[in-house]
Amino acid sequence: MPEDEHTVPAKLVAQDVAIAYGDHRIVADLDLLLPERRFTALIGPNGSGKSTILRSLAGLKAPSPGSILLDGRSIETLSTREMARRVGVLLQGPVAPDGLTVRDLVQHGRYPHRSLFGRWSEGDQSACDEALMLTGMTTLADATLETLSGGQRQRAWIAMTLAQHGDVLLLDEPTTYLDLAHQIELMNLITILVRDHGKTVVAVLHDLNQAARYADHIVLLKGGKIRAAGPPYDVISQEAIAEVFGVRSLVIRDPVAGTPLCIPL
Amino acid sequence: MARRRGRAARDGVRSLGLLLLFCLLVAATLWSVATGSTRIPLATVWDAVSSFDGSREHLLIVMIRLPRVLAAVLAGSALAVSGAVMQAVTNNPLASPGLLGINAGASFAVVLVITLFGAGSGGTFIWVAFGGAALAALLVHVLGSFGAAGQSTIGIVIAGAVVASFLTALTSAVLIFDQNTLDAVRLWTAGSVSGRTMTQNASVAPYILAGLSAGLLLARHLAILSLGREAARSLGQNQAVWRTASIVVVILLAGGAVALAGPIGFVGLVVPHIVRLAIGVDYRWILPFSAIGGAFLVVVADLAGRLIFHSQDFPVGVTTALFGAPFFLWLARNRAGRPA
Repeated sequence: MPEDEHTVPAKLVAQDVAIAYGDHRIVADLDLLLPERRFTALIGPNGSGKSTILRSLAGLKAPSPGSILLDGRSIETLSTREMARRVGVLLQGPVAPDGLTVRDLVQHGRYPHRSLFGRWSEGDQSACDEALMLTGMTTLADATLETLSGGQRQRAWIAMTLAQHGDVLLLDEPTTYLDLAHQIELMNLITILVRDHGKTVVAVLHDLNQAARYADHIVLLKGGKIRAAGPPYDVISQEAIAEVFGVRSLVIRDPVAGTPLCIPL
Repeated sequence: MARRRGRAARDGVRSLGLLLLFCLLVAATLWSVATGSTRIPLATVWDAVSSFDGSREHLLIVMIRLPRVLAAVLAGSALAVSGAVMQAVTNNPLASPGLLGINAGASFAVVLVITLFGAGSGGTFIWVAFGGAALAALLVHVLGSFGAAGQSTIGIVIAGAVVASFLTALTSAVLIFDQNTLDAVRLWTAGSVSGRTMTQNASVAPYILAGLSAGLLLARHLAILSLGREAARSLGQNQAVWRTASIVVVILLAGGAVALAGPIGFVGLVVPHIVRLAIGVDYRWILPFSAIGGAFLVVVADLAGRLIFHSQDFPVGVTTALFGAPFFLWLARNRAGRPA
């Protein structure tokens, strides 16, 4: 749904953000608006700061200087727990203890909603059931994670973040290492979450054409700075691809989806 | 509804398993008390506890054998539970108070204090042991967070191995230069429950029991910690609070066990693993099973050492190492690199 970003309120905002690990500055002077109830893809070459920005949006790496606003409020003022109730995060290559079942994992998603020694409630149960259903993992709920395929495992982790019941999902390269069928399945799941469940999804993606096809909003990054941001057709151009990736390409209209399709020359 | 029943049934099986393990522990404990330089019938063991008459056999039971087996129970459950907690906190299947140098820290501190100030009572040693355990934990943490691989599976294990061997070497050095140190201390550094007194047990038991109860209360939070630092944080867990609480539990348990029985190795590594293989990864069950399983293992190892080597002084730490080392090799070959 190509739409002018200015007509959609921003759910998450990065304001004048710089991020560094030690002396190594990765992001500087970043101003980023992530539209509400939209699927935003962060794309860019390796080392462009995509994952670092995602970590910062998730509250896992504090920017200095600068701030991250969630619904207009700085996330620094939110407790870790409050943050977890509102934002679900899935980083790359999460590992669970051997023997953990899908259901166990999804139930961990209720952690931010439970009091110190509080009991498991009906609300907790229905949130988990819903998360399992949305991700199509209900029938696999009692399987242990190590017996699942890569795509199923990824869906199990997403189910955990859904059980958190936040309205924002941050995903770092969710389709990497998945085969084509599982990639499509995951993109369709994200589309459903955004369109039918009102979630705001932000994902780091490696595949330009995947981002162009499924995302509502694309942020193209290079060297920790935004090169372009907006609907796919405004962002994906031959000039931008050449400048950011150093690759000459032809951008045509995808005959199936009508979205931009980048063909390297 | 079928699922709810499934869970209730699973918990039922686990409760039954726990009860069975407890019965095994009681049986092993009785066998251990009956066994020694003189065999004592179980009926006499019962009499010694219920109607003590001051006879030589009753004295032997109450003064020598019961304290010994009680020390084995306390040390075994403390080490196993501290191992389970450490494996969750470090998200690392190889973590244990032995391998990560916590036991070595506690025993070095105790040996140093005995050498400098002479033998004291169990009550003073325990604080020395806590201090040594805490210092070793801090050292491992600092060394393990160096470099790009900071806090990685391998990084923390290497840091632990370095700290453990360094502190063990220091302990040996102190013992070599100080000829006057009692043989009892030398035996203790190998991990031994021989010659424990009820007073020693009583001075350490409160700390170990506190550590065990706190560990059980932590169970749900340990499950979250075991997903790794960032995943736990994004689930809203306050890392500073729960990591610190877990480390305090580990220091109470490992420090208490070492003050009582020396650095008995492999219990903290082996028991939580066997428990996980048997009942899965639910920490609410792993911890009680580890507590009873660890006690059982040390009681049986102490008994086996005495039976096989015909020596009442044979250190239980040697027996657990003889059985634990092959298990560790198997573990390192098959499961290293995967999270706990």
